[in-house]
Amino acid sequence: MKRPTIGAWAALAIGVAYFIVPLIGTVEFSMRIRRGTYSFDAYRNVLSDPAFWNTFGFSAAAAVATILVGTLLVVPTAYWIRLKLPWLKPYVEFITLMPLVIPAIVLVFGYLKLYNSSSYLPLTGQAWSTDILLVCGYVVLALPYLYRAVDTGLRTIDVRSLTEAAESLGAARVTILFRVIFPNVRTAVLSGAFLTFAIVIGEFTLASLLDRPAFGPYLQLVGANKAYEPSALAFIAFAVTWACMGLIQLFARDPTARSIKV
Amino acid sequence: MEQVEALAPITMPMQPRAPLSLAWLGVVPFFSFAALFLLLPTAYLVVGAFQDNEGHFTLANLAGLLEPGIVSAYAISLEVSAASAILGAILGFMLAWAVVLGGLPRWLRPVLMTFSGVASNFAGLPLAFAFIATLGRTGLVTTILQSVFGFSLYRTGFNILSFWGLTLTYLYFQIPLMVLILTPALDGLKREWREAATILGASPFTYWRYVVIPILWPSLLGTTLLLFANSFGAIATAYGLTGSTLNLVTILLYAQIRGDVLHNPHLGYALALGMVVITGLSNALYIVLRTRSERWLR
Repeated sequence: MKRPTIGAWAALAIGVAYFIVPLIGTVEFSMRIRRGTYSFDAYRNVLSDPAFWNTFGFSAAAAVATILVGTLLVVPTAYWIRLKLPWLKPYVEFITLMPLVIPAIVLVFGYLKLYNSSSYLPLTGQAWSTDILLVCGYVVLALPYLYRAVDTGLRTIDVRSLTEAAESLGAARVTILFRVIFPNVRTAVLSGAFLTFAIVIGEFTLASLLDRPAFGPYLQLVGANKAYEPSALAFIAFAVTWACMGLIQLFARDPTARSIKV
Repeated sequence: MEQVEALAPITMPMQPRAPLSLAWLGVVPFFSFAALFLLLPTAYLVVGAFQDNEGHFTLANLAGLLEPGIVSAYAISLEVSAASAILGAILGFMLAWAVVLGGLPRWLRPVLMTFSGVASNFAGLPLAFAFIATLGRTGLVTTILQSVFGFSLYRTGFNILSFWGLTLTYLYFQIPLMVLILTPALDGLKREWREAATILGASPFTYWRYVVIPILWPSLLGTTLLLFANSFGAIATAYGLTGSTLNLVTILLYAQIRGDVLHNPHLGYALALGMVVITGLSNALYIVLRTRSERWLR
């Protein structure tokens, strides 16, 4: 283009400054814990805190469970809709988009009322059943991104021909699903999975209100009680988000999958 | 991909609606899951918003939303969401414009897109901590402004725990989200349109006024609405940043769930209903505008 680029450079400079300055601020602040000198003590404090590892492990396990449940729910559904029930597609899409409309705090409010210990399905009564509820809530939060990613993946393969070919070779439905469809949407599932991980790992609202020992409530606790450790945690969280996005880039070509919302 | 979709009905003949087949069994898990963990919990709150403590129909809860404390919570939430959405849209648009059409080196674009992917997902408590470290009372920018320029940020009345502090913080994920969504739309602006306009004697202003804006406004406005809904439902960043000093509607609802601060459980349901109505309206409008913008941009 022959346009003058001064304005463009200025816009870029402002944007880059907006992205970078808080990161520098975070790193600088996290190293200030000793008076008069920079040190990594805040990181040492964080990493030597058993609660850090316990809550991080809990949230990582919740994220993995969310990815597994979400994938097992979304891939067969999206496949089946494409193959047999295309007229249901708009309804399924509408449902997968609803979590963008219903804020997480409203969702968990409903859970607490519907599944309290005196209800028909008292999921919040026990720790293990609350964990199940938490994972189901995370699957709901991840649904828009996961469904979108998988559906885009399915669009690029010829579901019908693959199914017919597998059927004529005598494959059962489950075999087709796990040995034909899943491998073909693997990159889509992986990119959805890393995004899900990034969303779940620091999630605060659901974990806090369901009272589970997750990483999000731990962050809140540290934030309320410490001065420099929160910055160290913020930097670690940023690194985790960065790693998830990097892995998406590595495995899939579409880093903007999340942004394509409808 | 849109083309593939458009061809789909031709290459894949539509299955006739066969009520006798058992194909519907395949979607039972999905719909049961959606019913249990999405639809019923929401419906419970919506119904509860119209009931009193004995379960009779009432509009008193909705009327209760007019209490000054609740109105001000909604007002602050709406203001923060609107400010961060509008500013995010403007700055994000400028950034996307610079990278797509501003004549910047090509390699900048994938870098910006990747970074936007990260930054738009960097939200919640860590984001709050990052901004406290940057613009808090002893944050990096605050101290540099003080020591190098002798400018006291906090003397001007600025506070990271305030409306503008929260808005600035939200912009950290709003701008990149705008960049991610708008870049494909800007790609859709065909070069020929500009050339045709120039040949017909249009000045850059005329080109913008009669070509770019009419084509882009649905995406611009639609995306702004999406950003609005995005920040309206957010809580963790605000909670980490301001604790409960800023009375956002999400923070009020959080306190209500924790300890019934409104002293009326059903008023809490109404509060939730109000939130769903607001995010629902802005999302519905977004979908309408998006469909409109796809007429030109594909």
